[in-house]
Amino acid sequence: MDSILIQILNGLDKGGAYALIALGLTLVFGTLGVVNFAHGALFMLGAFVSVTVQKILTISKKVKDESITFFDAYKETPYLEIWWGDTGTMIIDYAVPISILVAIPVMLLIGLIMERGLIQHFYKRDDADQILVTFGLAIIIQEIIKANYGANPIPTPAPEIVAGSASIGAAIGLGESLVYPWWRLIYLFFSVTIIGAVFAFLKYTTFGMVVRAGMHDRETVGLLGINVERAFTIVFGIAAVVAGLAGTMYTPILPPDYHMGMDFLVLSFVVVVVGGMGSLGGAVAAGFLLGILQSFASMNEVKSIIPGIDQIIIYLVAVVILLVRPRGLMGKD
Amino acid sequence: MTDDIKKFSTLSRRGFLKASVAGAVAASAPMVFVSNAHAYVNAPKGKTVTLGFNVPQTGAYADEGADELRAYKLAVKHINGEGDGGMMNTMKPLSLKGNGVNGKKVAYVTGDTQTKSDAARSSAKRMIEKDGALMITGGSSSGVAIAVQSLCQEAGVIFMAGLTHSNDTTGKDKRKYGFRHFFNTEMSGASLGPVLEKEFGKDRTAYHLTADYTWGWSQEGSIKKYTEKLGWKTKAAVRTPLGAGDFSQYITPVLNSGADVLVLNHYGKDMVNSLTQAVQFGLRDKQVNGKDFQIVVPLFSRLMAQGAGENIKGIFGSTNWNWSLKDAGSQAFVKSFGAEYGFPPSQAAHTCYVQTLLYADACQRAGTFNPCGVIEALEGHKFDGAGNGPTEYRADDHQCFKDVLVVRGNQNPSSQFDLLEVVQQVPRKQVEYPASMLGGELGSCKA
Repeated sequence: MDSILIQILNGLDKGGAYALIALGLTLVFGTLGVVNFAHGALFMLGAFVSVTVQKILTISKKVKDESITFFDAYKETPYLEIWWGDTGTMIIDYAVPISILVAIPVMLLIGLIMERGLIQHFYKRDDADQILVTFGLAIIIQEIIKANYGANPIPTPAPEIVAGSASIGAAIGLGESLVYPWWRLIYLFFSVTIIGAVFAFLKYTTFGMVVRAGMHDRETVGLLGINVERAFTIVFGIAAVVAGLAGTMYTPILPPDYHMGMDFLVLSFVVVVVGGMGSLGGAVAAGFLLGILQSFASMNEVKSIIPGIDQIIIYLVAVVILLVRPRGLMGKD
Repeated sequence: MTDDIKKFSTLSRRGFLKASVAGAVAASAPMVFVSNAHAYVNAPKGKTVTLGFNVPQTGAYADEGADELRAYKLAVKHINGEGDGGMMNTMKPLSLKGNGVNGKKVAYVTGDTQTKSDAARSSAKRMIEKDGALMITGGSSSGVAIAVQSLCQEAGVIFMAGLTHSNDTTGKDKRKYGFRHFFNTEMSGASLGPVLEKEFGKDRTAYHLTADYTWGWSQEGSIKKYTEKLGWKTKAAVRTPLGAGDFSQYITPVLNSGADVLVLNHYGKDMVNSLTQAVQFGLRDKQVNGKDFQIVVPLFSRLMAQGAGENIKGIFGSTNWNWSLKDAGSQAFVKSFGAEYGFPPSQAAHTCYVQTLLYADACQRAGTFNPCGVIEALEGHKFDGAGNGPTEYRADDHQCFKDVLVVRGNQNPSSQFDLLEVVQQVPRKQVEYPASMLGGELGSCKA
């Protein structure tokens, strides 16, 4: 029972990340008609906002280790700790949550620059052109990050207070052995909140109504005198913020490196296709579904029956769903 | 069709046989063999001799590859008589005089393995066939090293392996043209076992998470062998896909498995991720079977330790070499490397540097660049002053035998580089094993 509950949590948590990336992907595809292969790079950039904030907060006074003469080695003490003592330590400890506040404007700006500076020139071009240019852009972003931060993963821990595990079992009367990391629970809550906020924004605001109308019939909305293009530019910015926040919050789970966006991108495309291209609900449902299936397929009991199933389950499900429902789970004919 | 038959009928019998034999030879042998049928591949003709440095310049191991390349460049400088000479001042015996090798200056070309076997083979092939590389060296993965070693054997070019830790490199996949200075998983097990017994006792139950490729299988096998010898039980050994990223679905079954030790047979990014996540799941704070839960990482590197951050503190593992060693050879290398680049070398840099000097010295001692002569000079070669104490390149499997380091993540580092604490320098005698144990055939030299 415990192991099943934990695998469900693992799946929801993983699915949360897939859903957040896929949501932005499908939002951009549904509005702008662009298959954005640089979307994974936005997830990675969000993670590096966190790394950068941490680097800034830990700018340190360096005291040379005199016992080492062949090169300069330092014992580093962050200035925040020197100036403000425990308060400084606490601020550094909260680098990741602080990064969220920084990531929102930064990612919005990056999204707008990306759309206005490059993507908009490819709206009327072939799908192949769009894929090539966005894929190329993703590689350029990756290489810039690698040149500045190196190829190694960079540790970006969660605040000390939520660094350990929560005794879920004890809380729900299932025994002490059922534990789950606090930060993963926070991530799950965070992803559900962001997904909810995006849906609410699209459903209950006038801007959201314009976007939804534009997704259905762009031309007619334009004829009503509404600047659809500007609305869609903002949608691109929102998608960038969602992907970026997903990346920022993911850093304590997966120490970020320049390639992490590409690792998630492939799975997120599968999620979008399984959910139905352009379907927001489909992307979210497929994200969680595939996350859970992937977790269950990794259980030793399952792998002992079908060896290697953990590595192919997502693609297997995608094939089956596309055979049965070619437009995806919630895609419309 | 009729024309073809007519053309065929005009050929003489002798002409046909000649053409057939020539065609068969040309088709079955790469151009590189045909062009040097009576000499050896890429015999140097000018005033320089070219070496091929095949390292990951892109991909997950790019940082490690960059460090390897730095070490190779430093070795070339020292061989050619530039800089302070580094280990050329400490390695004994040494025939090199600081004026190149056999009267020729050393030049180099580089290739990018991308940590992919096919890319590594293709860059090695390019360096041999187009750039005239006489020797190939490098690698940060056993899969890559084995693939390139096999290519070098086919091409008749010596391969001096870089960072490769799988037993197979000098075991079942060993080759006459391949040589490894780096230690292997068998040595990790043999050195780590007694330390684990001392620290954690004999009554332990281990759970292995293993990267699903040649190195992971080899590492898992060796650690199981040596810990089970101590009396440890193995609860499960679960294979994880290379580059899994999120290991939560593999870590959660450990929680209630009854195991009290988690062995992470992961390297590089996989190790950083799996260790970080294992700590998040509270494994290091857990008590199982009345004992503190422990995590072991059998193969450590300083670059990995940097990625794992605080999580590495107190974790035991093994390593080929560490910059903090105080022997004359290590100090000479760290001094040269530190002066050149401003930071200490990694274990990958150390092994690559030593391999280049050993190859150059073997050429000098043999008085030729002919691989068969160089192989003969390397086989059974005994040397000292390169870190890790007295060392021997065993003739039977081309594996170096030397002291191995058992290390622990430093609890209280004195600087940003002081991440690993050497717990024990395990003597070479303790990690030696018969060459026949790991199987494989060296094959022969194509003289």
